Amino acid sequence: MKESMQKQSGKRYLNPYLGGVLLGLVLITANFVSGRGLGASGALKSTVISVMNTVAPAHTEKATFYKEYAEEHPGKPMKAWLVFEMLGVLTGAFLSGALFRRLKLKVEHSPKITSRRRIIFAVLGGVLFGFGSQMGRGCTSGSALSGMAVLSYQGFISMAFIFGTAYALAYFVRKNWI
Amino acid sequence: MGPLVTNGIISQNTDFLMAFFIGIGFGFILESSGFSSSRKLVGVFYGYDTVVLKVFFTAAITGMIGLLFLSLFGWLDLDLVYINPTYMYSTIAGGIIMGAGFILGGFCPGTGFCAAAIGKIDAIFFIVGLFLGVFIFAEGYPLWESFYKARYLGIPTLSQVLGLKDGIVVLGIIVVAMGMFYVGEWAEKKFPRAEY
Repeated sequence: MKESMQKQSGKRYLNPYLGGVLLGLVLITANFVSGRGLGASGALKSTVISVMNTVAPAHTEKATFYKEYAEEHPGKPMKAWLVFEMLGVLTGAFLSGALFRRLKLKVEHSPKITSRRRIIFAVLGGVLFGFGSQMGRGCTSGSALSGMAVLSYQGFISMAFIFGTAYALAYFVRKNWI
Repeated sequence: MGPLVTNGIISQNTDFLMAFFIGIGFGFILESSGFSSSRKLVGVFYGYDTVVLKVFFTAAITGMIGLLFLSLFGWLDLDLVYINPTYMYSTIAGGIIMGAGFILGGFCPGTGFCAAAIGKIDAIFFIVGLFLGVFIFAEGYPLWESFYKARYLGIPTLSQVLGLKDGIVVLGIIVVAMGMFYVGEWAEKKFPRAEY
């Protein structure tokens, strides 16, 4: 399997169009089996809610965000489709990394910047993406990709603003990447 | 016939097991396409690597065509499939904030987890940031609750908004995607770089 994949791409990575078709088939499977698309940020939300319910139950009983979630999702927050899916994502990515020999602890960054700078920007970017994914009711997977596949109007708007903003800001942080 | 869980063909617990397998496929494909490298992902915004554009739009059009055909054959009831609701203001604001997070952090949530799974330390810090961001949203919720729920348009599809048939809209998107793939291939030749 490894050899055939390398033959198809001629590089270390899968041919991107083949990868896209395979990802599309996974997306179709999710809709056919579970009546929903792929996602990622929903699992973050479940985790935050579950942790808060454990460490500060008195707070989550009266704070609006947690109350709304409990009304819409009865049962344990971690017993959610996206939580199981994300556990699969970690497993699948690890398997691919092992198969193609990419398992390695490292901070990946442009030679022009330090590891420290890369990590500061990673945390900052994460905070924004985490916040934005809640505001936008889904991230690149759940809102943009899966939304577009079912032709959701929201999916197209989400995609346009995520990519549009990143393009608009790319010039100002070019030192971090190129 | 489909969706299998909605129509009671499989149980909810089986659905969760399927979610795990679907996730394995998702993660495996993202990682083997190179989405575990922030420098490769961000390349799309500078033109030196457009793998994101190619994988993302190929997946989207494959998904659209597949779902339309499954519906046409009567194998999948699209009325029972989840369609994301449109809250105009929060979708736009969320998209802008996520776009800023993308170019600063170099990952989106799904790709961040893939990168962390193969040992990228920057991705682990990105995930710490993600949790912090979700936590801030949850705790500050009363401040932006009304904005978050404003301009609710229901659950329209792009075809309904444009007043066109689904098939026509999908065909149009395929043509646009082909144009973008062409530009992407051109950009990669114009801005060459080493593989990360």
